[in-house]
Amino acid sequence: MTVTMTPTSVVSLPDDPFTLENISNPYPLHEKLREAGPVVWLEKHGCYAVTRYEWVYEILTDFESYCSSGGLGPKDIRKEAEWRPPSILESDPPTHTVMRRGLAGVISPSTMRRLREQFAPFAEELAEEVAGRGEVDGIVDIAERYPLKVFPDAVGLRPDGRENLLPYGSMVFNAFGADNDIRAAAFEEGERVAAWIMDSCERENLTTTGLGADIWKVADEGRIEPQQATLLVRALLSAGVDTTIFGIGNTLYNLARHPEQWEKLKAKPQLAKFAVDEALRLESPFQMFHRTSTVDTEIGGVHIPADSKVLLFMGAANRDPRKWGEDADVFDLDRNASGHVAFGMGLHQCVGQPIARAEIELMLQALIKRVDRIEPTGEATPWIHNVLRGFARMPLRLVPKA
Amino acid sequence: MQTIPDTAALAAEAGSTGRFGHELEEVVVERLEEVAEGVRRLTLRTLDGSEFARWEPGAHIDLVLPDHVRQYSLCSPLADRSRLQVSVLHTRDSRGGSRYVHQGLAEGDVIRINGPRNNFPFVDSRKYLFIAGGIGITPILPMIEAAEAAGREWRLAYGGRSRASMAFADELVERYGDRILLFPEDEVGRIDLEGLLALPRAKMLVYACGPEPLLRVIEDYCMGWPPGVLHTERFVAASLDAGASSEPFEVELTQTGTTVTVTPDQTVLEAVEAQGVRVLSSCRGGICGTCETRVVSGEVEHRDAILSEDEKQFGDSMMVCVSRAAAGCPKLVLDL
Repeated sequence: MTVTMTPTSVVSLPDDPFTLENISNPYPLHEKLREAGPVVWLEKHGCYAVTRYEWVYEILTDFESYCSSGGLGPKDIRKEAEWRPPSILESDPPTHTVMRRGLAGVISPSTMRRLREQFAPFAEELAEEVAGRGEVDGIVDIAERYPLKVFPDAVGLRPDGRENLLPYGSMVFNAFGADNDIRAAAFEEGERVAAWIMDSCERENLTTTGLGADIWKVADEGRIEPQQATLLVRALLSAGVDTTIFGIGNTLYNLARHPEQWEKLKAKPQLAKFAVDEALRLESPFQMFHRTSTVDTEIGGVHIPADSKVLLFMGAANRDPRKWGEDADVFDLDRNASGHVAFGMGLHQCVGQPIARAEIELMLQALIKRVDRIEPTGEATPWIHNVLRGFARMPLRLVPKA
Repeated sequence: MQTIPDTAALAAEAGSTGRFGHELEEVVVERLEEVAEGVRRLTLRTLDGSEFARWEPGAHIDLVLPDHVRQYSLCSPLADRSRLQVSVLHTRDSRGGSRYVHQGLAEGDVIRINGPRNNFPFVDSRKYLFIAGGIGITPILPMIEAAEAAGREWRLAYGGRSRASMAFADELVERYGDRILLFPEDEVGRIDLEGLLALPRAKMLVYACGPEPLLRVIEDYCMGWPPGVLHTERFVAASLDAGASSEPFEVELTQTGTTVTVTPDQTVLEAVEAQGVRVLSSCRGGICGTCETRVVSGEVEHRDAILSEDEKQFGDSMMVCVSRAAAGCPKLVLDL
């Protein structure tokens, strides 16, 4: 298109969002980038960075000008092959439409009612155990254990080899960030892990009653191709574990550090879903990924040429004071966090969102019943990951209700 | 492009002032061209060579033809006020207007026009999606010109029976390249409306003009979109069903114990939030399912893309970000 206005020149910065320092505490850089302009050129990575809510939202919902088929990582995979066949996340309409519609029937409101019933008992069991123990690690003992049990069961995964799920998720998400040592480390066992995952997605290796089998039924009905069924099961396995672990961990992190909010929650346990939503906004598990511009376009008056890589900072958008007010950095159950982009937005908004929300909320509800106070007993250790935000260790004391 | 029903009164008025209070104006048919199969473009000039009144994209004029008055969208360049152009499709079931233009009219003829007038105003926005079916391309042309001049982002999806029947298709592609998505039905099938309209985009308005069935499908797809995004113009004035969206209704909230009125320009979610009631929501476009709310009683018009047909029939929950009370149901009782 012809841009008649004179393009504003873009602010160019040497900062690297993928350093250990910025990964461990991303928020000072987020603020710097947000205040530098609606879009910033990251010299080190040769891509544009978008951090303000308004523009992150717009780009997420404009799948025509900013495509997904260029990949969520720094490479343009339309030109250069990626390490694995493109997933639903890396597709545009009409391919995407077919796959998304196939999944929509599988993760429906009636499925969710069934899954909640299926998920609830282990939340109660786990909460009972950790509340009795008192001194726990919020990640190892709660955040990891819960999704790692209920989610693969829901998909219908075979019991052996589930230890591959975390390394696989780590590969998938790390590849959305820079091609650095962090990514390389995630790929150390790449081939073996990826082979196990692909094998696990085949129909004969799934139980007959899980979400995986439901996806294969969609293929039987001819609504998706068999290879798309494999890819969709793979999408569930890659997207549904790490992110939920961090979702639970980040919720606990905030509640442990805000006892007054925990008190509110104990008084009104029905607020649990809002607590989860607010934690997802403030400490978003999926922080960043790329889109690729398909046409010459503009962001806040800055000209963006076609075929540019644009790095979207969901975690920064979710703390943009322009959208959330001056207290955007504050964890507040009473805030309306609706519209946050922790699950993305638009065409590719996380299809497993209701499952993730249900898992985090059920775990939280089970803890509220049994725990009077959650106290941090040490610093939480950040998980070093290119694009996911969470913790590896989180020492906590759970003081049981009398 | 639009056709209004014949009105004898209008024809009678033709000698004095027009229906809209404008003076009827005599103009000369300077040129007649076939711009596509069955499509004839008329170029009109004033008798004294003066300029026409200023007009905006989406405007039409009345052509006063023997026994008929017909409205046609202007499709000439906006900047050139020395002439007006309209393009007319020769329709088989023509009640006379298009047949006369195609068979009775000759270059040099003097005819009377009324207007321009605009029922399809072009609202400023950062992005546009234009959808044209067949001769519905005509009002879209000046809109594209205006969008382009203002540096706006836009795309056109243009469908027709065959490439030869699609007026201006070649020129558009030549000028605007891949901003133009052509759907000649005999080659690639119909316009991929699902792909285009499956979900709303920020700051994008949709302008659509074409035959009634096309517009109906477009309206269905846009049901869950924010109000004011979709703009359509019909060939024939539509007799739409009394849509639920046009009526206010009440929602009674059983947990909160209050009743809230939902006005036509509000969603249920907005109305209850305005009363301080908290509802968890995310996409606010009927796509993600986060705001699913249990329906205690009342009949719902479901506009979301999540519930299956069975779930909709069962009717025990709704997505309050887009769905409303069904026509004739004055009150929904919700578990909020």
